Amino acid sequence: MSYQDTNPRNEWPLWEIFIRGQHGMSHRHVGSLHAPDAEMAIKNARDVYTRRNEGVSIWVVEAEKITASSPSDKGPMYEPSQSKVYRHPTFFDIPDDVGAM
Amino acid sequence: MYAQMVKSENTDSGPELDAFQARIDAGEKIEPKDWMPAGYRKTLIRQISQHAHSEIVGQLPEGNWITRAPTLERKAILLAKVQDEAGHGLYLYCAAETLGVSRDELTEMLLDGRMKYSSIFNYPTLTWADIGAIGWLVDGAAIMNQVPLQRTSYGPYARAMVRICKEESFHQRQGYDIMMKMAQGSEAQKRMAQDALNRYWYPSLMMFGPSDKESVHSAQSMSWRIKINSNDELRQKFVDQTVPQAEYLGLTVPDENLRLDPETGHYKFSEPDWTEFFEVLNGNGPCNKERLEARNKAWDDGQWVRDGMMAHARKKAARAASAKVVAE
Amino acid sequence: MGDHLFEFLLRQGDNTLILSHRISEWCGHAPIIEEDIALANIALDLLGQTQMWLGLAAEVEGAGRSADDLAMLRDAWDFRNAILVERPNGDFGQTMMRQFLFDAYHVELLNRLANSTDERIAAIAAKSLKEVEYHFERSATTVIALGDGSEESHARMQAALDDQWTFAGELFETDAGDHALNDAGIAPLPSELRAGFNTRAIAVLGDATLNIPETTFAHSGGRSGKRHSEHLGHLLTQMQWLQRAYPGATW
Repeated sequence: MSYQDTNPRNEWPLWEIFIRGQHGMSHRHVGSLHAPDAEMAIKNARDVYTRRNEGVSIWVVEAEKITASSPSDKGPMYEPSQSKVYRHPTFFDIPDDVGAM
Repeated sequence: MYAQMVKSENTDSGPELDAFQARIDAGEKIEPKDWMPAGYRKTLIRQISQHAHSEIVGQLPEGNWITRAPTLERKAILLAKVQDEAGHGLYLYCAAETLGVSRDELTEMLLDGRMKYSSIFNYPTLTWADIGAIGWLVDGAAIMNQVPLQRTSYGPYARAMVRICKEESFHQRQGYDIMMKMAQGSEAQKRMAQDALNRYWYPSLMMFGPSDKESVHSAQSMSWRIKINSNDELRQKFVDQTVPQAEYLGLTVPDENLRLDPETGHYKFSEPDWTEFFEVLNGNGPCNKERLEARNKAWDDGQWVRDGMMAHARKKAARAASAKVVAE
Repeated sequence: MGDHLFEFLLRQGDNTLILSHRISEWCGHAPIIEEDIALANIALDLLGQTQMWLGLAAEVEGAGRSADDLAMLRDAWDFRNAILVERPNGDFGQTMMRQFLFDAYHVELLNRLANSTDERIAAIAAKSLKEVEYHFERSATTVIALGDGSEESHARMQAALDDQWTFAGELFETDAGDHALNDAGIAPLPSELRAGFNTRAIAVLGDATLNIPETTFAHSGGRSGKRHSEHLGHLLTQMQWLQRAYPGATW
């Protein structure tokens, strides 16, 4: 089914907006907006979400194209990593005398 | 508040509901794909959209003065502020959309009167001092409600509120700044400032809604953490904060019964006229008709634009698709 | 030279002031929230540019007036904006078409002014150019989308172009003052900007499937101040109301 069939109101699709800020290392989800296509979504994102100088790079993704993990999978998806505590630096006890590490 | 008199709905029961309540009590955020009671979803849609509608309709009374702002700087500040309100409406609509409604649906419900917006925006802005009074009093009252909502249980709503509160911080200050200039200005400016306070004081107190001490809706919303404080609590806090600010300006709060209770440290004050409040909610405020007409006109006049842009996007996508076929 | 420079700065500042004012009238009334926000951004950019241009004009004049005095206390015949920008907004298509025509001219102008021998002008132009390049990109994209879009949007955009085209010509009108500034390397001749403007217009309006009117007629009278349209007076009665009603008050 095309978008047109599911959208009798002719509503502009919803886009999810990701922005990398001046000092940011990666793009972060900042919110959503409506736009007729990707090109306008980028422009609208610039106008809506960077009014206070927040961004240097913008990604847009049509909301319905996003596949999200289901909350009921929360156990199998994330719990295994909880047992791998050795992946976190605080797992290791280094004597203060050694200095910063 | 921006969402006044929101009725809560509770239709579910059972073990899922208990688990859901336990998550809220533990301070967990509920996210769009999580299980939630139908009543929670419905109440949230109503509350968030009412808040969003208020931001959008709220552009009108202040927008009314953008073309008459007295200096280039005041004009820029006011325009930026009213633009922020459009942004806040947008963030809130997006939060509501995660609950399974579309923004156009919500807009239609505003336009045909099925959904409400805050009573305060049905009052007229008659002088430049009203722009000061709205920033000072109306945004001041709104912030009282919005700051705690950053901790609300629904994730997208909480995140929208965080963004809104961050942006909103200059709004109240710009309003007070206008009032200070007027209060220190000419006789005419002082009169204008006092007149604005006289007209906006009680409508601002009404923003918090009637007392909800006994309301079952409020109790339900509070246990779901989509309402954090009672209406009376917030109103008291607002009065306590605002009265000294009025005194600093040399203005008189239009309430003969206003006095500081030395025992509690809180101000005693007169209740607003709740009959007027319900009349305004029912469409009989001074500007209800104009506000809805303006929104309807913008929406109807914009139909060809929204459709035209969408038609172009489809054509472009079709052209790109056929070009790809040819290339292959 | 001082008079020519003052006049030139008024022309810049009045164009941005009056256009900004017109766009700001859309706030709260645009076809969709995203456009409402985008229009306000353009109005805010132009208002900021106004403060710089009229601020410099006041400085050059040296008569103790401020940018606000120039904006709020001159009458219509002292304004030097092109008639194009004082015309009422019309529908969204007319607003976007006017914006596009002005942006196409504005980008060409600022590109040249960024190399002005007057460092103050070069600095304002360089700052403005960053904003105006985006204005052009946005208005061009919108004009293309609406021109190509639906039957109705196409018809409305063609009507908007037919209506506005003869008002764009004034932007390129060139007088003795322009020659004096050009000789001093301060500003380009407006007539020299026409070719770059045409290239932009032909490309974008072509993509928008719109036909450029064949007439070479151009309305005139705004940038010389000799004969504005009736609309400017009405605009000023709103914009200047408070300053006129309460002379000398501080806001």
